[in-house]
Amino acid sequence: MQIREEKAERHTLAVIVDNEPGILARIAGLFTARGYNIESLTVSEITLDKAVSRITIVTTASPATLEQIVAQLERLVPVHQVTDLTARGAHVERELALVKVAGSGDHRIEALRLAEVYRARVVDATIASFVFEVTGTIEKIDKFVELMGEVGLVEVARTGIVAIARGAEAA
Amino acid sequence: MTTEKSGADILVEALCDLGVEVVFGYPGGAVLPIYDALFRSQRIKHILVRHEQAATHAAEGYARSTGRPGVVLVTSGPGATNAVTGITDALLDSIPMVVITGQVPTNLIGSDAFQEADTVGITRHCTKHNYLVKDPARLGPVIHEAFHIATSGRPGPVVVDIPKNVQVATAAYGAPGPIQHKTYRPALEADPALIEQVVDMLAAAERPVFYTGGGVINAGPRASELLVELAHLTGAPVTSTLMGLGAYPATGPQWLGMLGMHGTYEANMAMNQADLVVNVGARFDDRVTGRLDAFSPNSRKVHIDIDRSSINKTVRIDLAIVADAGHALADMVRLWREREHPRPDLTDWWQRLEEWRAKKSLSFPESRTEIMPQRAVRALWEATHERAPIITTEVGQHQMWAAQHFGFEAPNKWLTSGGLGTMGYGLPAAIGAQLGNPEALVIDIAGEASIQMNIQELATASQYRLPVKVFILNNEYMGMVRQWQELTYESRYSESYSDSLPDFVKLAEAYGWKGIRIEHPDQLEQGIADMLAYDGPVMVDCMVAKLANCFPMIPSGAAHTDMILQANEVSGTMDDEAKALV
Repeated sequence: MQIREEKAERHTLAVIVDNEPGILARIAGLFTARGYNIESLTVSEITLDKAVSRITIVTTASPATLEQIVAQLERLVPVHQVTDLTARGAHVERELALVKVAGSGDHRIEALRLAEVYRARVVDATIASFVFEVTGTIEKIDKFVELMGEVGLVEVARTGIVAIARGAEAA
Repeated sequence: MTTEKSGADILVEALCDLGVEVVFGYPGGAVLPIYDALFRSQRIKHILVRHEQAATHAAEGYARSTGRPGVVLVTSGPGATNAVTGITDALLDSIPMVVITGQVPTNLIGSDAFQEADTVGITRHCTKHNYLVKDPARLGPVIHEAFHIATSGRPGPVVVDIPKNVQVATAAYGAPGPIQHKTYRPALEADPALIEQVVDMLAAAERPVFYTGGGVINAGPRASELLVELAHLTGAPVTSTLMGLGAYPATGPQWLGMLGMHGTYEANMAMNQADLVVNVGARFDDRVTGRLDAFSPNSRKVHIDIDRSSINKTVRIDLAIVADAGHALADMVRLWREREHPRPDLTDWWQRLEEWRAKKSLSFPESRTEIMPQRAVRALWEATHERAPIITTEVGQHQMWAAQHFGFEAPNKWLTSGGLGTMGYGLPAAIGAQLGNPEALVIDIAGEASIQMNIQELATASQYRLPVKVFILNNEYMGMVRQWQELTYESRYSESYSDSLPDFVKLAEAYGWKGIRIEHPDQLEQGIADMLAYDGPVMVDCMVAKLANCFPMIPSGAAHTDMILQANEVSGTMDDEAKALV
């Protein structure tokens, strides 16, 4: 017997929530309980009184499942609003990564050169290492990290995606 | 200046302000301040159950039969975890319920203290919403909000976890006005443009069918009246899910019977052949649809549901109306009348429906030597229907026979565990229903296996002098398990025999109930009459045919047209795809 899987596409969701205890567990638990994927999840307060948070979720699902994900998220009591940024149209996605590279000689020079190409900033340096800060799309950061693998990559810390719709309107 | 009260007193006062008359509960260390406040207040009737699971089912029975929320009070740790099954049951069947749980003091949370469990963590996904209240000043507003959330929109269970020190600490309390929640605003009214469309579709349809569910019951008795009116105006037949029975009367001319796995031939064929399905307050559950790609293949589908996440969840919808069933039905009736639509000519459709009805799919082999379980349910109906009894059930064959053979004329008379299928639901639910309806005849149609799952509640009925009746269809098997083993596993009865059964008559008597045993068809009528004549709780042990099975049946994962009507059509094995389905 085969276990069937549906064709999936990657979508970025912006979820505006009341910043109450347990809200992240409520959302993460909804995804596990109903068998949805989370590729990336970021969360932070977005108002001065710290009452509201914005959660950006990157998920991969079939169109029918995506419709369910949005409806199920909206059903949670502390959720203000859910926007499928990918479905809505043009939006900007950014991720930040800190990338530690160690080495000497040519590797060190090549790492700096590549960092310049990728507009990565040096935020820490020793005789034997650099820490680069790089921002961009998932694909750009994936590529940068891959290249650093050739020149002495030690470790990577990534924030996950934040995203916002283009244009004058709020999502 | 308002004087401050303890959290426990605030809770009791808030419950009184919310009109709570009955609480089902069980005391323990972490709720002692609340129990003391209940004792001092004397304004709320507390029903002491014998197990916390039963408190939740009793609250469900109370809620489903009265339309008011059920309230449960249990202690921390095992009190809360024992309540989880009933909380989940209420979530799946959309029953309004508020569960107050005690918790260890805030300074001990997370320390693995005695009787500590992460109640909000455990119940996060089996509640509509839940709260941990750490500040006594928040307790009043949270309780009011909890009732608002439990009872509005799609109803469901809400847990409020209250640490013991919050029950003791003091704060001011004043009843808040109407709740305007920041984020939670369920829409009740349908978009008028969509009502226009569904009325157009109903007027134009050649083979329409109404498929109704528990949402019509939850929308209040008026919604059921409106359904009858709309069915009459449009001439369309009506079928219903297990949860929706009673919304359209079983003696009504357009009633097809229940649909789905154990539904009637005419109901399932109507769904299969319809050109328009109007779903009112049901959710295309897998027990109803059978194989999804063969479900009602040639119809346009309208779905009226208060919960947007129900729409397009399993079945693609042509017209979605997110609204309260009662409001949407009222709008449809009003528009139909305004337009002075004539009743459509559905003669051809009804001719086909009558042909399917003529199959008499609920017929069963009669016996002179054994009591057929279906006959027992019908005899119970004969003897009681004029008193409009409230029927509860456990889960299994007896539940399906009750749904098939006991006709319901009105809503709120049929209490059963549909979504979760919880054995042990029926007796505590009957207790809750009897408390909410002291004058009503309340009967739990049970199986000998299920009844043992909450048998301890016999004592609760005795204590509060509740004249509930338990009618056990005793076939000495977990009958539905045995039936599936016959269908799928060549009758290898793995652990489905009810061995070492108690003597139910003696057991009843031990708890202060009357016990009656019925063993032969000749005793059936008299046994039922004796049960009804007794002014107190009665347990009837009705010995029925041991190997009777529940038909018609659509095997799991089959299409509506692949219905098994009688036992001789049973195959005995299934392929792995079918075996993997629930």
